[in-house]
Amino acid sequence: MRRLLLQGLFRRPVTEAPPVIDAEIAALTAELEAKAKRHLGRSLSIREVDAGSCNGCELEIHALNNSYYDVERFGLRFVASPRHADVLLVTGPVTANMREGLERTYAATPAPKWVVAVGDCGANCGVFKGSYAVAGAVSDIIPVDLTIPGCPPEPAALIRGLISLVEASDR
Amino acid sequence: MSLRSALLNVSRSIEQQQPWPRIVVDADTWRQAVLGIAAGEATLAALWAERRTVHLALTEADGSLLVLSLPCPEGRFPSVGLTHAAGQRPERTIRDLYGLVAEGAPDERRWLDHGRWPVREPLGQAAKHDRSGDRYEFLRAEGPPLHQIAVGPVHAGIIEPGHFRFSANGEIVVRLEERLGYVHKGIDALLAGAELEQATRLAARVSGDSTVAYSLAFARAVEAALGVAVPQRAIWLRALMAELERLANHLGDFGAICNDAAFSLMLAHTGMLREEVLRASKAAFGHRLMMDRVVPGGVTADLADPAPIRAVLASIRARFPQLVELYDETASLQNRTVSTGWLAPDLAQRFGAGGPVGRASGRAFDARRHPGYAPYGELEFDVVTRTDGDVDARIWVRIDEITQSLRLIDQILAHLPAGTLRNPVNVSSTDRLVPQAGGLRNEPAEHCVEGIALVEGFRGDVLAWVRLDEEGRIDACHLRDPSVFQWPLLEAVIENNIVADFPLCNKSFNCSYSGHDL
Repeated sequence: MRRLLLQGLFRRPVTEAPPVIDAEIAALTAELEAKAKRHLGRSLSIREVDAGSCNGCELEIHALNNSYYDVERFGLRFVASPRHADVLLVTGPVTANMREGLERTYAATPAPKWVVAVGDCGANCGVFKGSYAVAGAVSDIIPVDLTIPGCPPEPAALIRGLISLVEASDR
Repeated sequence: MSLRSALLNVSRSIEQQQPWPRIVVDADTWRQAVLGIAAGEATLAALWAERRTVHLALTEADGSLLVLSLPCPEGRFPSVGLTHAAGQRPERTIRDLYGLVAEGAPDERRWLDHGRWPVREPLGQAAKHDRSGDRYEFLRAEGPPLHQIAVGPVHAGIIEPGHFRFSANGEIVVRLEERLGYVHKGIDALLAGAELEQATRLAARVSGDSTVAYSLAFARAVEAALGVAVPQRAIWLRALMAELERLANHLGDFGAICNDAAFSLMLAHTGMLREEVLRASKAAFGHRLMMDRVVPGGVTADLADPAPIRAVLASIRARFPQLVELYDETASLQNRTVSTGWLAPDLAQRFGAGGPVGRASGRAFDARRHPGYAPYGELEFDVVTRTDGDVDARIWVRIDEITQSLRLIDQILAHLPAGTLRNPVNVSSTDRLVPQAGGLRNEPAEHCVEGIALVEGFRGDVLAWVRLDEEGRIDACHLRDPSVFQWPLLEAVIENNIVADFPLCNKSFNCSYSGHDL
């Protein structure tokens, strides 16, 4: 373990800064850092809610925490309770069975709060549209401030979406 | 004589299902088959229904499948769960969706139907319902020191929703009961009547982490039904995608299990490796999860340049052994994983637990080997098993499977044949007879074709069964996730463990909610 930890200390961080394919992400994350700080002080706390997704979106939201994207360095933090959250990141077509869970999670989130609908399903139910078991898109159930489409949206698209949310919340 | 051959001998009729037969049986034969399964002569591979018929798929050790169909004009069939516990939840599902009642079933509570749908039995009577929600009676665990802990459906992490009800005596879990169905999206209903293209997209979204495995299982079932040959290059590219998917998921799980023992260093490292696999997948096939790349008839994306994949293989080979060593030598981490969440080999066998869950408890079943499918017959790999059955064993199976996947990808890249990517899928065959007028949509038409496939995803074997009508539309389709038979075992392994070890047990299983709930 010592060797790995020492490597970690002396190796250049993998966290995106170098350009090549990832210049876009680096620029986005820098922009996000500035905006999150200006509008929300120290941090933006995010609570992820799977309201019926296939788990594809969750995988990419998870990726935001890996060392390449590491959104926590900008004060963007995933929290365990809606009571600690500023933002609900909601995925999936909202299933009939998850509707109440989502509504109660929304009610438990203190204002000011923002809701981001993630993925094509969150936006318009995607391929699950029209099912008896689907209650609707996220915006059919709770007020949505921003939609990040994609199936699933890539981490770069999620970061870009969070930037536009911070911009929108300024108005 | 094997149970399978015995059943084939007594069957009333054999349906045109490819590549394994489907037989129509009477209630007595159904009961005998269930007794045979309960006695361990075969494994229950799936239990599903359509309007007025229940289907049961069984496998034998060589992976050969047989489907039994029992018509139930009265809306009743002999319970499987009564003698074979693995059948209980599928039966509850069948009742919720189709209204077919398992006679003698030990558990009559609704399962996927939480009383929130606009209809009851959506694929059966479809009687209107007020969506008021049902009360759910959890099984009781009584006694003065016991208390309950309710968790979910909205969990603390970035994971899928489900409810866990713990009854605990102080720290010790006395009983865990799962309540699932929160992400039920009505996939069986959406598939019935769907055009092939739409159904292909749906199949790819049953469980996003296994999108390649599901697409492959669905495509193989459709190809078997329609007799479509797949170009060699596509067959090999499919295997390449399947192994990349396995690699990415196993890397993520390895780190995530350690993270649930508060050892975040591992997740930090495996998270990077996982990300690199996803980026290589995107570079190679244009999508990080390779969604919609495998379709009936072949694949939609070619591998233009193998360099990114070779680079990620080299990177994993350079760094992964250090992580394995770190796992092996960190006593505080081993203290959490060794002997935790023990799954008895006998139980894994009886439930037909696939994937790392089964293989860590000595069940050496891997659909790539048995029944086997191309191109794995031409590739060298080992089916890795352990016998300890604890969290540690499930980690080691994943570690060893990562190594096997690296080995497989090497071979695939070395021998990738040239050629076309996709053969046309002739959905409406002109030489088939004109269908008779009338009849319900869900009733099998005379001129339908059926196919079934078993494919090894990272969680275990994914089963796809499909019937196409004469227009090439989906008449009926069922996709069975490996989690269906793994979820109940999680309830068993947590018994007598401490509450704090539940995340470890749960993550070491990593069952799918979406794949289970459909």
